[in-house]
Amino acid sequence: MKAKIHVTLKNGILDPQGKTIHHGLEMLGFSGIREVRAGKLIEILFEGMNRAQAQQTTENACKKLLANPVIEEYDFVIVEDEK
Amino acid sequence: MRFGVVVFPGSNCEHDCYYMLKYVVQQSVRFVWHKERDLSEFDAVILPGGFSYGDYLRTGAIARFSPVMDEVIKFARRGGTVVGICNGFQILCEAGLLPGALGRNAGVRFVAKSIYLKVENAGTLFTRRCTDQVLKMPLAHGDGNYYADAETLQQLREQKRILFRYCTAGGETTTAANPNGALDNIAGIVNEAGNVMGLMPHPERACEAALGSNQGLQIFQSLVA
Repeated sequence: MKAKIHVTLKNGILDPQGKTIHHGLEMLGFSGIREVRAGKLIEILFEGMNRAQAQQTTENACKKLLANPVIEEYDFVIVEDEK
Repeated sequence: MRFGVVVFPGSNCEHDCYYMLKYVVQQSVRFVWHKERDLSEFDAVILPGGFSYGDYLRTGAIARFSPVMDEVIKFARRGGTVVGICNGFQILCEAGLLPGALGRNAGVRFVAKSIYLKVENAGTLFTRRCTDQVLKMPLAHGDGNYYADAETLQQLREQKRILFRYCTAGGETTTAANPNGALDNIAGIVNEAGNVMGLMPHPERACEAALGSNQGLQIFQSLVA
């Protein structure tokens, strides 16, 4: 099982990286962009776990370490790990 | 006073703190490796600046789970004095000993320069010997953009727990004087009990006139007074 976790800044929290990327895209001529948000992708490969266990473990890991609830939010999907 | 300076993998201001405490403020001081588990010999513990664990994931996020941090939390709950400088401030926020969080500088760039701090509350353990209302000291960080939700900010204000704000040489807390986009120009805060303080600038690097300023010393002189 593999967890694909996205951690992003909460809405309303200034995202300087996203803003800078937005400016960069505009400078290159990309138009019609309302906003760019930058975040992190974290992948965890599990061993000997079923989907429910992987789900629970990932949830706990996000709460305890992977995201800071003061400024960040997270979401994740559990996928079959293609070896 | 007996000071402990905690050293995490990636700390890089521990010698500045050690030098300042031992030779300038002339107190007892010892380095504490992050795997140590006994802080009972100390009156105060400093979490110095640096890039603990390479700032990976988030600044302070991994260091916060170092073995010594369990003890720092207990030490703080017992009323021990804790100071977090720069990365140390980030670690204290991650550990929940101070409210809020420190995000990426609004300008995205790492900022290293001399700045001015307005002492907003000179009645605390950390500021009671601040004879100047504006302190000049260096600052060097990429993630110093202090954020707290509206309720927390309100509480910090009402309880006079914002100790330092970025300002001009004349003491005006303008937007231009804010180096990192920190909410309300906040540079340093104290916990509700008044024994845990964190700030982004480096008072330990402003401890002798030869360094360009010795006004950072006033914070440590407050501690030992």
